[in-house]
Amino acid sequence: MKTTISVLVENHPGVLFRIAGLFSRRGFNIDSLAVGTTENPDISRITIVVEGDEYIVEQVKKQLNKLVDVIKVSKIIPEDSVTRELVLIKVDAEPQVRSEIIHMAEIFRANIVDVSRKSMTIELTGDKNKISAFEELLKPFGIKELVRTGIIAVNRGANSIKIEEEN
Amino acid sequence: MTGAELLLKTLSDLGIDTIFGFPGGSALPIYDALYNNKKIRHIRTVHEQGAAHAADGYARATGKVGVVLSTSGPGATNLVTGIANAYMDSIPMVAFTGQVALGLLGKDSFQEVDITGVTIPITKHSFLIRDKRDIVKKVKEAFHIATTGRPGPVLVDLPKDVMTQQISEDEIKKDVNGFIDTFSSKQHLPEGFGALVEKAVRMIEKAKRPVIYAGGGITSSNASAELLQLAERINAPVTTTLMGITGFPTEHPLCLGMLGMHGTAYANMAITECDLLLALGARFDDRVTGKVKKFAPKAKIIHIDIDPAELGKNVNINLGIKGDVKQFLKELLELLPSKKNEQWLRTVMNWKNSYPLKYCNKGLKPQYVVEEICRQTEGKAIIATEVGQLQMWAAQYYKFKENRSFISSGGLGTMGFGLPAALGAKLGRPDKTVFNIAGDGSFEMNCHELITAARYNIPVITVIFNNQSLGMVRQWQELFFDERYSYVHLDEVETDYVKLAEGCGVKGYGVTEKSDLPKVIKQAMEIQAPAIIDVKIDPKENVMPMVPAGKAINEMLGID
Repeated sequence: MKTTISVLVENHPGVLFRIAGLFSRRGFNIDSLAVGTTENPDISRITIVVEGDEYIVEQVKKQLNKLVDVIKVSKIIPEDSVTRELVLIKVDAEPQVRSEIIHMAEIFRANIVDVSRKSMTIELTGDKNKISAFEELLKPFGIKELVRTGIIAVNRGANSIKIEEEN
Repeated sequence: MTGAELLLKTLSDLGIDTIFGFPGGSALPIYDALYNNKKIRHIRTVHEQGAAHAADGYARATGKVGVVLSTSGPGATNLVTGIANAYMDSIPMVAFTGQVALGLLGKDSFQEVDITGVTIPITKHSFLIRDKRDIVKKVKEAFHIATTGRPGPVLVDLPKDVMTQQISEDEIKKDVNGFIDTFSSKQHLPEGFGALVEKAVRMIEKAKRPVIYAGGGITSSNASAELLQLAERINAPVTTTLMGITGFPTEHPLCLGMLGMHGTAYANMAITECDLLLALGARFDDRVTGKVKKFAPKAKIIHIDIDPAELGKNVNINLGIKGDVKQFLKELLELLPSKKNEQWLRTVMNWKNSYPLKYCNKGLKPQYVVEEICRQTEGKAIIATEVGQLQMWAAQYYKFKENRSFISSGGLGTMGFGLPAALGAKLGRPDKTVFNIAGDGSFEMNCHELITAARYNIPVITVIFNNQSLGMVRQWQELFFDERYSYVHLDEVETDYVKLAEGCGVKGYGVTEKSDLPKVIKQAMEIQAPAIIDVKIDPKENVMPMVPAGKAINEMLGID
């Protein structure tokens, strides 16, 4: 089971080290991890996708809460949230297949961000399923390189994860 | 004023009067500031590990924060075991380490080590102070973090130039900012604490066979009076962990002693048969539970802990309450009616009479040595221990009367902890008689701290339970490894511990006959100076009862 957890942390050096260290020493598996600053430059937001059952997720939340630099830990409920990931795919693109690839990119609302004589780089944003589907379609052409940012997520509607709220 | 002077002033403002440490290059500015400082007593140990354990022992005996200071690099890494030890047993400690100057950081400079990085898994938090204006604020935060919630060690790394820079009053950042507020808000009682207490009351009322299982949380929250009141109110037998052993008087009729691997048979039987287990500030360690599935199989479990991550971590519980044990007990006692449980108590007392702790008192037995120390100190000494068989004998046979009188490495099981910890305890509690119960193996690990004992004339009595072997390992090899005694015998060369002690300036006694023991203990207590007593105990003696690793706690060896 995969669970997405959003963590607000103090924007200090070494915070990521503390969080990654916690996961490795307690044997929690990270599926993906994305970090960036928030609307408040003193605070960063880390979005972690954790692999594990309810017990593991509960422990992850509680152990994260014990870190002094952690301000707030929230579980992202899939139905009530928007999750996105960005992926850059460099694909073999000889001139004869190029239009086919461009057509597929249009269907997925992906952008071509670089073209060379033999390859193309495509940028796609979406949730996990959309990205996997696109990846599958491109495979027959030959994927040379693929980079993903890791999932970020935000609650739908006016609800927001901020420090003022208590867990 | 320099950064170092400001550091010491901040410590004094926080009420710190004793620190343990060892000087070195990067710590020079701090030691220079200590040179004329009248308010802070600095105890120099032989090795930084000893300083960390001494600070730990000081904290355990007094309930105050233990403070340790070292230089960078090897000084800092030598603290690691001591910090890990405090972390595992939730002891409040602040470790200050010198660090190379800011400009040299990250360049593999002489005696540079990333000590905040090294200690992340074994500290509650750590700081590297890069700006002199942060000194006061971060040092205060460090003490706040070490002492609130579940206590633990915090490390503060101090680059040399930050300590030498001049700083004026108006440059100092005000200490309390949003950070402390955010942090302390995590300590508040959870919503609905009262309702949870009421739920606990109902569960206790319904129970027919209740047992209280008390851990180190009783000691750290000073809740032993409330625990006693609770046990007597509901007539529930009390079993404690190694860490909680002084939380309940051993000789009280409701006391079942320690549970778990080397617990009493009757404590383990009571756990197995109880229908309600009230776990207070304990963490269901594997040495306590044995096979988790068969631990308290008939019981509903109520678990109270200051650290919510402990609730449901190792065993499934029926009611988990996050909160301070003392506060919980106070609120519980407001509501809880008294109870008799006569039939249950009869059953438990029957076990207590049928399966007592026992040994064959022929020759010079370690259990007898503990009993003799207990007799002469009337159960009122502070007993520090090393780790191994002797630690279990001390826990089983000393009859503790006062909270904070047992100083022992529980979670980490650190050999070499006892002697420096005993020194720290004695410095914190000069009014108490302090013994260090040691094995020959564990004594050897930090025996050089006898030099510290002599240097400051700290009257701690180390009793070496000399069985010429690493007894606990030997016991496991005997029972579970077909008597293949691999590297556990210490008798290849006979070490003369009496001479060793005297070479360090410590009085040494040797005991080979049982009849000599009482008068030697008496003499050692009278001289009011550091001493060791080397007691040649029966080398074949094992710690019993014993639950083999991975077995259920009612499957004990050594009871009939």
